[in-house]
Amino acid sequence: MIRLVRLAASASVLAIGMASAANADCGIGSGNVSILGNDFPALQAVVDGAQACATDSVEVSANLTSDHRDLQVAALTADPSQYSVAVVANGSIVPLMNAGLLRPLDDLVEKHGASLQSSQLVRIEGQVMAVAFMANAQHMFYRSDVLEQAGVAAPTTLDEVLAAAEAIQSQGIMEHPVAIVSGAGWNLAQEYVNLYLGHGGSFFEPGSAAPAINNEAGLAALEALKGLTSYSNPDYLTFDSNAVQAQWEAGEVAMMLLWGSRGAGILAGENAAEGVAETTVLAAAPTAAGETRPATTLWWDGFTIAANTSDEDAEASFVAMLNGITPERVAENSGLAVWLAEGYQPTPASAGVIASAQGGAAPYPMSPYMGLMHTALGENLAGFLQGSASAEETLATIEAAYTTAARAQGFLN
Amino acid sequence: MKHRTFFWFILPSALAMTLFIALPVVSVFIQSLHVEHEQVLRTVENCGPFGCTEETVIDRAATAELRDAKPLGRFAGLSNYTDRNHLAFSELSDMWDQSDSLSDFTRRAMTLPFWRALSFTLTFTFVVTPLVLALGLAIALGVNSLPRMFRGPTIFVSLLPMIVTPLIGSLILFWMVDSRGVLGAALQTLMNDPTLSLKASPALTWVMLMVYGVWSSAPFAFIVFYAGLQTVPEEPLEAAMIDGASRWQSIRYVVIPHLMPLAIFITLMQLMDNFRVFEPIVGFQAQANATSLSYNIFNYLRGDAAQFGAAATTSMLTILGIVVLLTPVLIRTWRDFNRKGH
Repeated sequence: MIRLVRLAASASVLAIGMASAANADCGIGSGNVSILGNDFPALQAVVDGAQACATDSVEVSANLTSDHRDLQVAALTADPSQYSVAVVANGSIVPLMNAGLLRPLDDLVEKHGASLQSSQLVRIEGQVMAVAFMANAQHMFYRSDVLEQAGVAAPTTLDEVLAAAEAIQSQGIMEHPVAIVSGAGWNLAQEYVNLYLGHGGSFFEPGSAAPAINNEAGLAALEALKGLTSYSNPDYLTFDSNAVQAQWEAGEVAMMLLWGSRGAGILAGENAAEGVAETTVLAAAPTAAGETRPATTLWWDGFTIAANTSDEDAEASFVAMLNGITPERVAENSGLAVWLAEGYQPTPASAGVIASAQGGAAPYPMSPYMGLMHTALGENLAGFLQGSASAEETLATIEAAYTTAARAQGFLN
Repeated sequence: MKHRTFFWFILPSALAMTLFIALPVVSVFIQSLHVEHEQVLRTVENCGPFGCTEETVIDRAATAELRDAKPLGRFAGLSNYTDRNHLAFSELSDMWDQSDSLSDFTRRAMTLPFWRALSFTLTFTFVVTPLVLALGLAIALGVNSLPRMFRGPTIFVSLLPMIVTPLIGSLILFWMVDSRGVLGAALQTLMNDPTLSLKASPALTWVMLMVYGVWSSAPFAFIVFYAGLQTVPEEPLEAAMIDGASRWQSIRYVVIPHLMPLAIFITLMQLMDNFRVFEPIVGFQAQANATSLSYNIFNYLRGDAAQFGAAATTSMLTILGIVVLLTPVLIRTWRDFNRKGH
């Protein structure tokens, strides 16, 4: 019996050894690569590429979770850090920068990064802190058949979106024709950030952490948010991206604002009702009245290397991650994202993000106190949408909530 | 017991309590008196895929120096307690001046995180606790009068809500009350109102959370009362019957007084449990309509910038709230104990 167990054990060791021998040799001598990141198909493809570098002496592991933001600071503060690679976006790199948890990558880029394009290098104060590999933005998805049935043209401005929604609703085609990612908290705040920047606003007084949202643009953005949600399913304050995508695939919605990274899955239509995927069109985010830039924010996703990791592991991690974004791999996965890396061939799924970027959409702000503003927005917007506070009161409340947090965090006195 | 024996007897648990309860509370209290260091900021040029911009960044070297000198942060006295996130005295007095009626004042005050959370927490505690007691007793009396062969299966089924993990239980209900779920859609049809949504209306969300609270806690009260019912002596019940007492009268004057110590025990446990209501708010994604003190602590600690000072302050205020809540019950128990002792 014991012999049998031993035999089985050595057989499985053999199997593992053979599996890693079949992997590409990425030129890493040895090291540990462990990756923390968000969970969506494009990132999974990158991580698959990194994991192909695993050999007997190189271990590659990954934790992809939508809770990565809540984990990353604590995980990278540990010394040695829990993960050697954190996959971040322009919104989520800031807390890591604030805490000084990222390693400058200039030397590694010089040694291994010949294939990278200069636009991929995220430089903060001249130092390369992250390597961006894809772009993302919330943008417009619409159902061409439903709009045609309602007799309206494809909307490009917020007013046209509302008019189209009214037409669809009043003709009884759909009860709740609009869906946006409006779950109370981070998601709702992100919608507001998109709309506010789309109305030409800026969040802070120039050169200071003092809030500056109580203005015309702020009021207009609130009105736009209320307009969009008034055509949404009444449960809209609980909607995350998954819920919005599910409604779309069920064919209950004619227009939605959703992340571009969801586009490939929606166009593939695996879980969709009949006729939904075929008539789905991706377009730029709508613009506000009198503005030209689409009301959305551009995000990049990229990888960073933890400061509290050994030189050997940092180099192994960098090389492994580069193996996740080789031109061949990017070309193979072109449909999954708007890749910033070489080898990318735009596909229909990228149309919305590219159109939004070409329209001049603003990048998500990278100020160290933007996270506090985002939180204050998320906690106080719901009251306005439910009618328990006026627009002016809501903006004043948000500024007060932000100011309290910014004082406690040492940004304001 | 001799003092010396008592000392050695109690020492291990006293040590453990100091280490695991008293010291952490002291450390949280100290944290609540501090705010983060002033952040040294400067403006730099950042470049990325979308071009170059002037951005503000934290001067890490300068900020780290401040942090190394005083790791706890800046001493801020009680300012964390009086700021807008907590007791918010100055905001409340401003709101009082601006409001034209009491309801307008309440509406404004509900934008203050602490008072908003406290109002839901207290309502939840004082609605759910008596309902759990009443429902638990009713189920226990009902099960106790069943024929023996049905009791086992009935007890098992009645205990199910307690066996389900709170987060899972609330998620299950969350999908059932969704406007496309079985309960939500049924309600819409019954009320003939297609826009009716349990998740959208603050009042209905509160009701839903409280119904969930009663549903998940009633089995606890039930099983304790049921155990108590097995110890009710036969003689006084028979005497009451001979005196012509109805079933209700013998419950009211014999059974309930016998179960009183258990009722106090359940009340204590339920007050503490309900005051720290948390999982249903996450499970029902109800944070837009209802927050609790525990939810606020959770909210301060997660996300990009953990606000330790604010979380510590809310924790201290929560402890204070539990002390205030439990005092009347504890005083009563103490009096009973003394009466019996003499």
